[in-house]
Amino acid sequence: MRFFAGQLFKFIMLMVAVSMVSFALVSLSPTDPVQMNVGQVAYLNMSEAKRAQLAEYWGVNTPLWERYAHWASAALHGDLGTSLRYNAPVVQVIATRFVNSAALMSVAWLTSGIFGLLLGILAAVRRGGWLDRAVKAYCFLLASVPTFWLALLVLIVFSVWLGIFPLGFSVPIGVAPADVTLADTLHHLMLPALTLSVVGVANIALHTREKTIDVLESDYVRFARTRGESTATIIWRHGLRNLALPALTLQFASISEIFGGSVLVEQVFSYPGLGQAAVTAGLGGDAALLVGIALISAATVFGGNLIANLLYRLIDPRMRPASRRPALNLMRRKTGASHE
Amino acid sequence: MSPFVSPFVSPLSPSQPLLHAPRASRANVGNRRRTLMTFIIAALLLVAIVVTGRLLTAPSSFEVGGLPIATATDFTAKNLEPGLSHPFGTDWMGRDMLARTLAGLSTSVLVGLFAAGASALLALILGTVAALGGRRADALITWLIDLMLGIPHIVLLILISFAIGKGFWGVAIGVALTHWPSLTRVIRAEILQCRESVFVAQARKLGAGPFTIARKHLFPHVFPQFLVGLVLLFPHAILHEASITFLGFGLPPEQPAIGIILSESMTYLSAGFWWLALFPGIALIATVLLFDRAGSNLRRLIDPHRSQE
Repeated sequence: MRFFAGQLFKFIMLMVAVSMVSFALVSLSPTDPVQMNVGQVAYLNMSEAKRAQLAEYWGVNTPLWERYAHWASAALHGDLGTSLRYNAPVVQVIATRFVNSAALMSVAWLTSGIFGLLLGILAAVRRGGWLDRAVKAYCFLLASVPTFWLALLVLIVFSVWLGIFPLGFSVPIGVAPADVTLADTLHHLMLPALTLSVVGVANIALHTREKTIDVLESDYVRFARTRGESTATIIWRHGLRNLALPALTLQFASISEIFGGSVLVEQVFSYPGLGQAAVTAGLGGDAALLVGIALISAATVFGGNLIANLLYRLIDPRMRPASRRPALNLMRRKTGASHE
Repeated sequence: MSPFVSPFVSPLSPSQPLLHAPRASRANVGNRRRTLMTFIIAALLLVAIVVTGRLLTAPSSFEVGGLPIATATDFTAKNLEPGLSHPFGTDWMGRDMLARTLAGLSTSVLVGLFAAGASALLALILGTVAALGGRRADALITWLIDLMLGIPHIVLLILISFAIGKGFWGVAIGVALTHWPSLTRVIRAEILQCRESVFVAQARKLGAGPFTIARKHLFPHVFPQFLVGLVLLFPHAILHEASITFLGFGLPPEQPAIGIILSESMTYLSAGFWWLALFPGIALIATVLLFDRAGSNLRRLIDPHRSQE
């Protein structure tokens, strides 16, 4: 309970800080809010009095903290303002786009996690062999490859040359929203998700490789070997328990990177998610939407870290308060060997 | 920097088996001359890229039709596939892609240098203040780090670019303001660890003042970490500069930059002009890898903990 109260407090502090910082940054902008909101032509044809009136309306002369107070009190009632570019409430724009982005990110998150874990274990088991060297070279190279460039390459190969995947968007062009099938959606989701996963694998594979090597060099694995257990059994019985947890934590903690990558990937694939909305908002002077996206992205990253913390407590008995730990001898009987 | 072997590290440490020295490690261990050479070559290549790029954009030299070669257009030679006269091909305005790529890389490296330098300086100051400035300052800076890491970099970069405006300074300041947290953590931890160490306690007992301790003990301890952290910040800075420019927030379109080149290439993807995207991207990756090489070799040279890797 104390844990949750602490996390809730942290979350509120984070939201307040992020909203203040992003609000201040957006207000610093050299763009004139009146000009931005009414458009260039209307602004030029407007009388001086009308301009002054609109400037008053958009609060050009109101001090920053007062505007922030107004915004914050509205935000507490669930009103984040109106998006200029999408001509709809910010909350609504974010909600529809978040669904798209969440689909993309969760697919990429899962595949990169699973493949990263597998590659890491394989590389560690065949340490020094060609597979190990290939995995290491791959991870090393991937750390230097810009995500958006990889997306471009994937697009060239699969959409332009091979023509097996569509060039962009999340649904087929010219099809009514009601007629879009799940297969269509998946077909459009595949390439962006693939790109994101290919980038995401590197981190987790290298980490798992290190951990697996540690495990394989431990005393309990040596003992298991002397008893005649095969490598596969050893990984299954003694490895996975020790590997899955740090991998999972790392993967949840890497949501920030996946989010950043999805901004770039969505832009290349014209995928209508949060990232693309962020770019549109930034280029189009849509301050309200930009603040909203900063908030939701911070909340997503926080959620990932929170889940990582919770999982740690759930899976690893050592992280729990002592009174709720299962008896130690029970653990020993289950796993066959001590893990300490 | 003569490649001497430190007398304190015996070539055969007791943890290594005497007979079966693994082949892979024997090739790398203790060869400081090769490490130094790799570092120098990587650094020289980077300097060469910047100088060539600058020369290609300088208005006086290599002129083609009154324009520097990187921006000169030639509509008789547009959309050419890579060949002998244009190794990277040409774009839809007949500009030579090799020249544009080199010019763009030099801009990227310069932005990276400025941003990483400023970021590292910020990290040094904040890390020192956090470690030595008392509990309040430490809590504040740690919280600030968490806050910065709590928002995805790209979103923060978009916000900052929105606040400052586009162009060189917008990107450079944006990248500088977003990349300090991880290095700050390292420096803070290093200083804290060093301050608690036996040799500092001993120096204090011997009557050394805080400035002497800072100069003789803290600085030599933290400086290698700082320098290596600085060099290893470059790749990140360059990649983020390219990304943010690609999205349309960074450098203006008339300036040759890798991000601009790649975002323009997107328009011509479906026409099958693959070389517009492929070669500039590979050049960018090569530059990033060079920085990484330089950084990790520098670390082996000046960080005693990593010298045997």
